[in-house]
Amino acid sequence: MTRLIRTLLALLLALPLALPGLAQAQTGPLRIEITEGVIEPLPFAVPDFIAENAAAGPFGAQIARVISDDLTGTGLFREIPATAFISRVADFGAPVQYADWKAINAQALITGAVSVQGNQLVVKFRLYDVFSGAEMGSGLQFAGPTDGWRRIAHKVADAVYSRITGEGGYFDSRVVFVAESGPKDNRRKRLAIMDYDGANVQYLTDGAAIVLAPRFSPTGDRVLYTSYETGQPRIYVLDVGQVQRRVLQSQPGTMSFAPRFGPDGRTVVYSLEQGGNTDIWSLDLGAGATRRLTDAPSIETAPSFSPDGRQIVFESDRSGTQQLYIMPASGGEARRISFGQGRYGTPVWSPRGDLIAFTKQHAGRFHIGVMRTDGSEERLLTASFLDESPTWAPNGRVIMFSRETRGADGTTSLFSVDITGRNLKPVRTPEGASDPSWSPLQQ
Amino acid sequence: MQTGTYISGAGHLLLIGWTLFGVHPNPDPLPFEVQSVSIVTGAEFEAIMAAERPPFTVAEPAALTPPVTPAETPPEPPATDAAPTPVTPPQAEAPPPDPVPQTTPEPPPAAEIVDTVPQPLPPAEAQAALLPPSTRPQPRPADRVAPEAVAPPPPDAAPDPVEREAVRDEPAAEDATPVPPQEATAPEEAATEIVTEAETPAGAPQQSIRPLTRPQRQAAAEPRPETPAPSATRDAVNAALAEALTETAPAAAPSGPPLSAGEKEGLRVAVSACWNVGSLSTEALGTTVVVGVTMTEDARPVQGAIRMLSFEGGSEGAARQAFEAARRAIIRCGTNGFGLPVEKFDHWREIEMTFNPERMRIK
Repeated sequence: MTRLIRTLLALLLALPLALPGLAQAQTGPLRIEITEGVIEPLPFAVPDFIAENAAAGPFGAQIARVISDDLTGTGLFREIPATAFISRVADFGAPVQYADWKAINAQALITGAVSVQGNQLVVKFRLYDVFSGAEMGSGLQFAGPTDGWRRIAHKVADAVYSRITGEGGYFDSRVVFVAESGPKDNRRKRLAIMDYDGANVQYLTDGAAIVLAPRFSPTGDRVLYTSYETGQPRIYVLDVGQVQRRVLQSQPGTMSFAPRFGPDGRTVVYSLEQGGNTDIWSLDLGAGATRRLTDAPSIETAPSFSPDGRQIVFESDRSGTQQLYIMPASGGEARRISFGQGRYGTPVWSPRGDLIAFTKQHAGRFHIGVMRTDGSEERLLTASFLDESPTWAPNGRVIMFSRETRGADGTTSLFSVDITGRNLKPVRTPEGASDPSWSPLQQ
Repeated sequence: MQTGTYISGAGHLLLIGWTLFGVHPNPDPLPFEVQSVSIVTGAEFEAIMAAERPPFTVAEPAALTPPVTPAETPPEPPATDAAPTPVTPPQAEAPPPDPVPQTTPEPPPAAEIVDTVPQPLPPAEAQAALLPPSTRPQPRPADRVAPEAVAPPPPDAAPDPVEREAVRDEPAAEDATPVPPQEATAPEEAATEIVTEAETPAGAPQQSIRPLTRPQRQAAAEPRPETPAPSATRDAVNAALAEALTETAPAAAPSGPPLSAGEKEGLRVAVSACWNVGSLSTEALGTTVVVGVTMTEDARPVQGAIRMLSFEGGSEGAARQAFEAARRAIIRCGTNGFGLPVEKFDHWREIEMTFNPERMRIK
């Protein structure tokens, strides 16, 4: 016992002498943890693509401009103007002078060449990580008809975006929307389709009847929409390539609206008003069989499938105010996911499956927002007199929606915003536009 | 019995040791500030206050009224700006106020102006008007999000992580250290978090009261003592330090004191400033990567020896993207060296940097 106490006493007295030595000891490498960084656009340079033959002359600069517009339009990238370039890229295969690009702080460099062979446009490009002094991925080549040069440029931009960010691009995609012209009390509404950036607008209907809420199929070849052609809202399915349409079956004395494809492309969910009550139904396009998914005295509408097709998010006023609910795709018990102040509507499930976009009305303002599928982490991205109809980009990173301004002369236009709430910007359309629906990436 | 003695002895030894080497009460008195005061009589105080008052009593709400108001947005009737006492028609007629009623096509009688209920404001303005003026300040939106907010840089300053004053190529005194000319640089404007449109302060006033005139100061400002240019001083000190270090530091110090907390923090801050996660996917933003870095003696990273040691929280693809962003940060900010003390090279020859973007995800 005495020895034990002596030992403890000795250790106790020796401890202060040993501590500095312990503090100085460092085993292994120096370790630091970095938890704070910066969020800013990544600077890149894209010199005009080299024209490898005379016929390709005008395409080199045009393609570089489209790529630059695509990347800078995301808000994640910032183009370094050509006036700042130190070295020129005169040969697609020549080694890159990294020091020259480092000096102007270009962190990514895109070089490319273009040639025309007959009616075919061949575009090849390389992407370099300037500060690492290495190529990111391998060189890639696309070929297509010359009049499709914009699509080829979008594909190059998609590849660049994907290599740098690690997620899929969305530039080679289209948007179907309702083109609006005329005063508010006498609007002419036509279905229209365009590239995601507002180029190549084509009209799909003539404006004789009011059309609403077009929705792309998962493959982008068909569009569902609601039309008042007969005086009552009815759902039509339109073949985009053929511009042919057919009406979906409907029961007499009912109104059907708010349709949306399931991820299999064969199932359609929609709202059906019958005897003053609105519920959600599903339709098998192949068999023509319908099925009632909700059966409540309240209004259930705006259904949207989860990407795996197992669940449906929709809006309902069963609790007294308009809120969001999720139920199994086959119907059944629904659970409420929105609990904030205000009214929630038009939910749309993200293609990634992680978020749900919605419209929120609170304190006299409309918002586009996102929340997790369990209702957590709600975040409002916009605020205005009237924001509605959110639709997801194919990669689930960007939301497009329609915004209406106040007053009798108010206009409706399309806007897009990143899911972080940054990069809110208008989408160029030739006239008023609403109800956008974003297609998947084109094949 | 002996056990008790030993315990008592040990306790006394500890007490004596603590008294000799431990914490002592500070014998020095606590510092305190001394301020001279002078006694002012009541009359003098009134005189001073009377002199100070006028500049601060002109803040009338009427000053906000624009001189010419468009017809479609008539300002509020004068009665709303009047004192809280009930206003009767004769009183309203008495002060012919602004020329505003004349600008409207059909000016209503004065009595009706007083009793007219203001048009309800649209929802947005109504919300803005209801918010108290002293709302909590919110961060301003900026293109760049950084750990610390940065005010907009001067228009002629080039963007750079380090703020430097411009140095002109002018003839200097003979004894001054020559300083190479350089452009003014300043960090880019930054906010501490992403501010969405919905979060922008809608309650902020659209107009502010014109700043009051500055009271005349009695005493003129004293001339500042001349100081050498900060950048010149800094460069001279850095050069002297570098020279001293290269002279005194051994070529290969086998051991020595480890990096101080400040030196580690400096390294961490330097890498953080270049760690741009703005272009990362949301999955990569959920991935923590541990990166191994081999350093040269001049505190620069060996580019070919930057490798990913491990990752957590995401797929391999996401980890690769996160690693690329980390590698770019190390290379970009290590180009000129991290400024680590060379005498402690053995301690930072190999560095493991853990890049954890969890906090950046919720920006």
